[in-house]
Amino acid sequence: MSTPSSPPPETAAIQANHSLTIFEAAEQKSTLLTALSNSSKSLEVNLSGVDDIDSTGIQLLLFLKQEAQRQQKAVVYTHHSPTVLGVIELLNLAAQLGDPLLMPRGETA
Amino acid sequence: MNLDAARAALVEEARELLVAMEDALLQIEAGTGGPDGINAIFRAAHTIKGSAGLFAFDNVVSFTHIVESVLDRVRNGKLEIDEAMLSLLLKSGDYIATLVDAIERNTEQEEPNPALRSKLEAELKSYLDTSSVAQTALEAAEPEPAAQLEIDEGERVSSDNWHLSLRFNEDVLRQGLDPLSFIRYLCTLGRIVHLHTISEPIPAAEHYDAESSYLGYEIDFESDASRSQIEGVFEFVREESQIRILPPHSKIDEYIQLIESLAEPAGRLGEILIHGGALSESELERVLNQQQEQDRPPPLGTMLVEQQMVPPNVVSAALSKQKQSEEKRSHEQKFIKVEVGKLDQLIDLVGELVIAGAGANLVAKQKSVNAFEEAAQSVSVLVEQIRDAALTLRMVPIGEVFQRFPRVVREVSRDLGKEIELVITGAETELDKSMVEKLSDPLMHIVRNAMDHGLESTEDRILLGKPSCGIMRLNAFHDSGSIVIEVSDDGRGLNRERILAKAIERGLISAEQHLSDNEIYRLIFEPGFSTAEKVTNLSGRGVGMDVVKKNIEALRGEVEVDSTPEHGATIRIRLPLTLAIIDGFQVMVHGSVYVIPLEMVIECVDLVHQDYRHNIIKLRGEPLPFIRLRSLFGHPPSAAQQRESLVVVQYGSQRAGLVVDQLLGEFQAVIKPLGLLFQQMKGIGGSTILGNGQVSLILDIPHLIHMTSQREMPPMLATSRSELSEKINH
Repeated sequence: MSTPSSPPPETAAIQANHSLTIFEAAEQKSTLLTALSNSSKSLEVNLSGVDDIDSTGIQLLLFLKQEAQRQQKAVVYTHHSPTVLGVIELLNLAAQLGDPLLMPRGETA
Repeated sequence: MNLDAARAALVEEARELLVAMEDALLQIEAGTGGPDGINAIFRAAHTIKGSAGLFAFDNVVSFTHIVESVLDRVRNGKLEIDEAMLSLLLKSGDYIATLVDAIERNTEQEEPNPALRSKLEAELKSYLDTSSVAQTALEAAEPEPAAQLEIDEGERVSSDNWHLSLRFNEDVLRQGLDPLSFIRYLCTLGRIVHLHTISEPIPAAEHYDAESSYLGYEIDFESDASRSQIEGVFEFVREESQIRILPPHSKIDEYIQLIESLAEPAGRLGEILIHGGALSESELERVLNQQQEQDRPPPLGTMLVEQQMVPPNVVSAALSKQKQSEEKRSHEQKFIKVEVGKLDQLIDLVGELVIAGAGANLVAKQKSVNAFEEAAQSVSVLVEQIRDAALTLRMVPIGEVFQRFPRVVREVSRDLGKEIELVITGAETELDKSMVEKLSDPLMHIVRNAMDHGLESTEDRILLGKPSCGIMRLNAFHDSGSIVIEVSDDGRGLNRERILAKAIERGLISAEQHLSDNEIYRLIFEPGFSTAEKVTNLSGRGVGMDVVKKNIEALRGEVEVDSTPEHGATIRIRLPLTLAIIDGFQVMVHGSVYVIPLEMVIECVDLVHQDYRHNIIKLRGEPLPFIRLRSLFGHPPSAAQQRESLVVVQYGSQRAGLVVDQLLGEFQAVIKPLGLLFQQMKGIGGSTILGNGQVSLILDIPHLIHMTSQREMPPMLATSRSELSEKINH
């Protein structure tokens, strides 16, 4: 479950759920949108705990970015887990998401 | 479509095909052609006919058709190819070339040489009895099955990869199917070269259903799998989803359909397709153009057929060929054509850049600010690289010149009744394009001369115990900043006595003069010298070797002859690699700066006063002739204790020393020609502008070396000045 940290006016941070699949998708959508509306400027989503992600999950990440832009805010994904990185690489989304990625040792972006 | 451009393309293509045809004919003659050779010739003729038919160039079509008919009979084994036919086909090829020239000049309505044409036609037709002419004409009119297939296929893209466009049904996720797993499964069949995720369809929050699938994928996929295998991946989603799979080298049309069927704007999709390598930029342009043109009038070919200007099969064949060559071109887009004028402009600019760079360097040195000097240094390193790169742009292989000669040798050997074999080596050696054009005529003259005068007749060769077939060799190689081109034969060699007798008769030398062999051989380059006792129609037409020499010297080159009696002669042309910019070595003489081409400088030594006498210096035990530039250019002699340096230069196999006051180091010199007034000056090759704007003279080293080897005081300013002062004193 996500644990919204104390919401400072400018930047909010949130830990993403361990699983971003179709089963959690609807619920995650509202959690993330709420977190976004709680921050006045930017939202930082920590993806370190994500160990399961499917198309709905990756689509959700894209959606949140798009939505933030619409609200003239920013969403930054950080600490991508290897699972997330794998999907980003497969779908060639690094550029579209535009977040700095830390690739695990031995792999190159 | 621009008709002029198409016409130019046709001319160019026809010329290339004619060259290929000639090559193949000569190969067949040499016995190395085989059935492929005949097919190549037939295809060349066929394609020329087809393309010409597209434009309704009837002159070309009707003539090429007869040639083609003869070739067809040869190809089908109904006719044997013999020497007479080869000659006839070569001449016919020449005549087609004349017709093509006419097209280029826009005068194709007139027959360039009706007499020659009817003669050739009659000869060609003698190979076909009248009934068979009609028959082969008919046969040729049958479209080849392959060609018909090709025209149905349409133009194809060059990409070697599959292209997959995946647009999943919105409900796919709710059905428990994940697009991600399809893509992962696809990876087991091959390699994803490029994948683009289409995220644009994701709606805004109020319409966003987290369980719907919005993403689309454009995938370029490298795989050996079959179409059904790849289709199988998407078996479960095929019905509701839009899955489009284009195999490698799909038709442009299929891409048009693809783009039309997808929701994204064509331009955006095009970008994705280019990015993934599915389409090249030019292919995309064609796709988009064709898409727009679908309502427009049909292409030129169809229009021509509808107007019954040309039979449909001709168009189909020509079109299919054009497509083939276009395909080939898009596969091998390694070359681009650039106007020579643009290149020249670039090189001019680089020349100016070199001068400006030298100026900047000079200022940097004077300011002696380290950072400034360093910056100037790295700029000049780059300028040097740019210069070299720019100059290589103009370099072309000398094979371009050499490729004319097999034909020439063949014809001449027929005319003279001599058996001659031509051996070409070093055809890949590169030289400046402008030289290629100017070299062609002198080389032609030398080769003809050697075949006519140098090589003995077959009977004589047998009598002399030589192989009956004479050998002409063309060779080229690079040698210390020059390109060397050798024309050699294994004939009788130059006749020393006859040259001497002729030279005395012509008053070129006096009978008492003692000349070395080399000096005698060099006489053949004197104006008006021709030793041929009988004038043949090949050489001895009043254009002598002196013209050759003059042409070569105009390129700052040199010609020399080597000859061994009974074993043959070699004429060696030595040319500088470039005409525009050289690496120079600056020296100072009495306050003036002179430039020596760096490639010719071997070493520099301090001149110690004791070990030289009479313009010969002993350098490490070897005698070396030298010239004092001070006296050569009429500067006053140096003060007794003045230090002097000796620059050792080499050209070809000869060396000499130049005595200078001071060595100033390397410098890039942009060669500027000397004005008319100074063109008679010996010893100076040109001028250049130094970094500080001063003009400096470039020394003509070959000439200076020549001067020292004559072992006489240079008959130049120095002597004339001293003679003058003597006269005044008396």
